[in-house]
Amino acid sequence: MPVESPVITPLTLPEAYGLLGDETYRPIAGGTDLMVQITGELGEPPERIIDLWRLDELRGIRIEDGALLVGALCTYTEIRRSALVGEWLPALAEAAATIGAAQIQNRGTLGGNIANASPAGDTLPVLLAADASITLGSARGEREVAAVDFWTAYRETARAPDELVLRVRFPLESRRTIRFRKVGTRRAQAISKVVMALAYREDGGVWRDVRVALGSVAATPVRVAQTEGVLEGAAPRQTVADHAAATITREIAPIDDVRSTADYRRSVSGRILHRILREEGGW
Amino acid sequence: MVQGYRFTLNGAAVELKVPGMRRLLDALREDLGLTGTKEGCGEGECGACSVLVDGAVVDACLVPVCQVDGSDVRTVEGMADSATGALSPLQQSFLDLGGAQCGICTPGMLMAARAYLDQGGEPTDEGIREAIAGNLCRCTGYTKIIEAIAATADGPAGG
Repeated sequence: MPVESPVITPLTLPEAYGLLGDETYRPIAGGTDLMVQITGELGEPPERIIDLWRLDELRGIRIEDGALLVGALCTYTEIRRSALVGEWLPALAEAAATIGAAQIQNRGTLGGNIANASPAGDTLPVLLAADASITLGSARGEREVAAVDFWTAYRETARAPDELVLRVRFPLESRRTIRFRKVGTRRAQAISKVVMALAYREDGGVWRDVRVALGSVAATPVRVAQTEGVLEGAAPRQTVADHAAATITREIAPIDDVRSTADYRRSVSGRILHRILREEGGW
Repeated sequence: MVQGYRFTLNGAAVELKVPGMRRLLDALREDLGLTGTKEGCGEGECGACSVLVDGAVVDACLVPVCQVDGSDVRTVEGMADSATGALSPLQQSFLDLGGAQCGICTPGMLMAARAYLDQGGEPTDEGIREAIAGNLCRCTGYTKIIEAIAATADGPAGG
């Protein structure tokens, strides 16, 4: 039988912050990751749990100060259905649509994907490519951490134990194109073998502000600086695609695991990047 | 830590005094005696424990009871007409078109299909396949399940 750890359900953020001062609490949002851990089969179940589900302050999607703000408790279904996400950040809706299936998308949350910090978290490369930042809150106040600084090591984040992920801020000034691609064993219910997001702004036939981010190829979601360097200021031509694909294949250092092999991940990362460039270049 | 939780279950009010982290699946099967909802994998992969919470299909193995406090919960037991026992059109369609073999996935399939149809889902192969993508069936090739759902979506009575 699963371990039924004691749980407290705060109704307001200050109440939640007060509880989180005691570091033995593990937060639960939609539960799609944590409920698998309470079986005790994957290590020690949490000692005490704080249920975030009633914190309506963490819901909602809105535009504010030139940014798209997505609350931490927004589910993947809400993200898929959001007209604002569809207009301003369709890549995030695409990523949400590849996670689990309806049952998971109805419960799993963006904040959970961020805090759970799996290197295979499918929305995380989108956050990196979009230059998103993550707003953390605690009794000490709020602070913003750039996505690129958030995942610090395998399953480790910049979040302190007394902090909650409140929302994600996606700046919209440059209105870049973002492409998303996930490769898994099947279209639904699959943990990714490789997941990629690529962002760029077209400027007189060449690409500017290029970001290439991947999941499942390192201990954390990562950006690939050398590959971005190949694409920055370049046009999406075949020679550029060949060079970028060869670069990314060398730049990443994935591992063999139950889902895939390092060789496959390297090879398929190059292929995905090549295909995105071909599609964007129209050749 | 036992607390009281209230929700509606297939239209009737229930109150449970159980630990808040009890899986909704265990509360339904062990505390409330509704064993129509099946446990397959227990980790959100197979969909056998699918139920509706406020109209949305979820895996009951991944939802703690504390999170359904105040919600509307529907299980396969609530599908047939409670007065006459007549099967719902969706259940009848599964029966008529052979949409079940061993039956373990069937309650979950029905609930996922129910959610899809209630949200106005079209009887298209693509739409239905996505709607039941979180429900594994190890007996059939899914074809008859999809046909049964499509036939209900097409039917005049709806789901």
